[in-house]
Amino acid sequence: MKRQLMVFVKQVPDTKNISGEAMTPEGTVNRSALPAIFNPEDLNALELGLQLKERYNFKVTVATMGPPNAAEVLRECLYRGADEAILITDRAFAGADTLATSYALSCCANAVGNVDLILCGRQAIDGDTAQVGPQIAEKLNIPQIAYVEEVMSLSAKAIKAKRAIEGGYEIIESPLPVLLTVIDANEPRSASAKGIMKFKKAKTRSEIHKLMRDADYTDAQALADKENEMKAKNLWIHEWDAAKIQADVNRIGLKGSPTKVKKIESVVLKAGKVVSIEPTEAGINGLIRELIEDHTLG
Amino acid sequence: MKTKGNVWIFIEQEGGKIADVSLELVCKGTELAQKLGVASEAVILGDKLDGKFDSLFHYGCATVYQVEDKALEPFTVLPYAQALVKLLKQHKPNILLFGATLKGRELAPRVASEMMCGLTADCTDLQIDDFEDKVNKVSYKDKLMQIRPAFGGNIIATIVNTWEDPQMVTVREGVMKLTAPDASKKGKVVKVTPELSAEAKVMKVIERVRKPKTVDLKKASIIVAGGYGVGTKENFKLIEQLAEALGGQVAASRAAVDAGWINHDYQVGQTGVTVRPKLYIACGISGSVQHVAGMNESAKIIAINNDPGAPIFSVAHYGIVGELNDVVPKLIKAFKAKV
Repeated sequence: MKRQLMVFVKQVPDTKNISGEAMTPEGTVNRSALPAIFNPEDLNALELGLQLKERYNFKVTVATMGPPNAAEVLRECLYRGADEAILITDRAFAGADTLATSYALSCCANAVGNVDLILCGRQAIDGDTAQVGPQIAEKLNIPQIAYVEEVMSLSAKAIKAKRAIEGGYEIIESPLPVLLTVIDANEPRSASAKGIMKFKKAKTRSEIHKLMRDADYTDAQALADKENEMKAKNLWIHEWDAAKIQADVNRIGLKGSPTKVKKIESVVLKAGKVVSIEPTEAGINGLIRELIEDHTLG
Repeated sequence: MKTKGNVWIFIEQEGGKIADVSLELVCKGTELAQKLGVASEAVILGDKLDGKFDSLFHYGCATVYQVEDKALEPFTVLPYAQALVKLLKQHKPNILLFGATLKGRELAPRVASEMMCGLTADCTDLQIDDFEDKVNKVSYKDKLMQIRPAFGGNIIATIVNTWEDPQMVTVREGVMKLTAPDASKKGKVVKVTPELSAEAKVMKVIERVRKPKTVDLKKASIIVAGGYGVGTKENFKLIEQLAEALGGQVAASRAAVDAGWINHDYQVGQTGVTVRPKLYIACGISGSVQHVAGMNESAKIIAINNDPGAPIFSVAHYGIVGELNDVVPKLIKAFKAKV
């Protein structure tokens, strides 16, 4: 059997363009109001995973936790060469902070089983916390190497990786299994045309059922036949809920989250009392004179 | 009623030298401890640390837990987490502060996960206040308000940890201010032998290459910063020339760092350093919230940009709409003529 590695990825709102309408009164974000993108450093983690697949013949399983439409990032992974995809989705996961998220993802890793390596992007651009990776490692009671730039070597039992430290780098050795958080140090490959052709048809059960309903095929046999056909063609995206990954309901979602949001405020840049300076010699001389007079300069 | 635990600060050290951010947090932690009527205490891990941490007392710590073991030098996450978790379980501090450095951001989540407590990353302010959890109808007194930007800096969230103590946060370098040290202050040293397990020692550092930081932006009183609008690495020399002429320090926005024109040590903003110079000149910087968060407390801000609609103008005191290649040489000339 092939050795197995997992990559956890996340679909994130494009945080560069957030309007007030995207916030709910409870202070959580209405993600559907924002364009969803593949979290940038998760693409670096996927790239590293795919390179390891090529070097060491791993099977690459990708997983994400999110709403049903997060299946899109999993298809993006399949386009690039991932072998199997899992969507962890359940209303019970909603409102999770990093502790509840990492618990759920660690349950998923346990449900997959026999994983030598887990890769995550260092952080997601919606929260920028960089906490979920190390917390998954702790929940699984395995070592972690954060800020990985590249894998130097890998044996059956150990890994050597180069990772960033303050003002430099270090080469660190760890036994397997281990979790790596990956930084923006490789060039993520694009989706291949061949990959897109094949895997744009890859679907979760919910997606298949919706397609069938829309086409008025609703009898159980037709649904079961379609599911089997998709599985046989390797176009099946697993859809796992809290029960499937054997998650304790008290440790997931809002219930499993120690941090509560007290207040959310939009950032307002302070009102402009800017003094306009003409880009002429006279204008600039005047400015410099003023700054020297008030002892800012000189 | 059980007494409140103390405020703890995780002290980061490299080769025995304490990180600036740790001293800043000692100052903030001491202020929080006074509000709560408890002590501020530091925990420092490493090997052979004797005589390396008197400054912690000068900035307000009452106690330093000195945790020593060969496996704690250099830093690796597993032995640090194990030693720290043991101490937390034993002493039950109310609050635990970490610098949001690479080490702090790797260690704090591992510790929080094992302690089953909340953790808020990259706080820009910390306050003590009461909290009412309206959903679960529970009131909490004197909790740590963990204030941080989120969603790319577009919102500011106030977060509260409602589970077990400690209430844990990380804070970026430069965000909290240093108070004046008092060299006469002394405190208690508690030496701790961590008794690390074999599992905590499975990782090995094989090679370690470090260049000490070449620049301390926080100490500069004049900063000239370049952004994406500078255009090319070649053009960035203009920024250096202006800084040199004014006796200031060069800095950059993230976009300029990402473009490879200058290294990350020079980055101002939410993921770089927070600065408060006398004068900040933003050249070709559009003024993203992330960047502004790191410089808007500067005493005077001059913005130079060829786009009159750039958000940087809304935080600037003086705005010059024009081309850098034209404006910057004029600034240099004007200053040289006057001095």
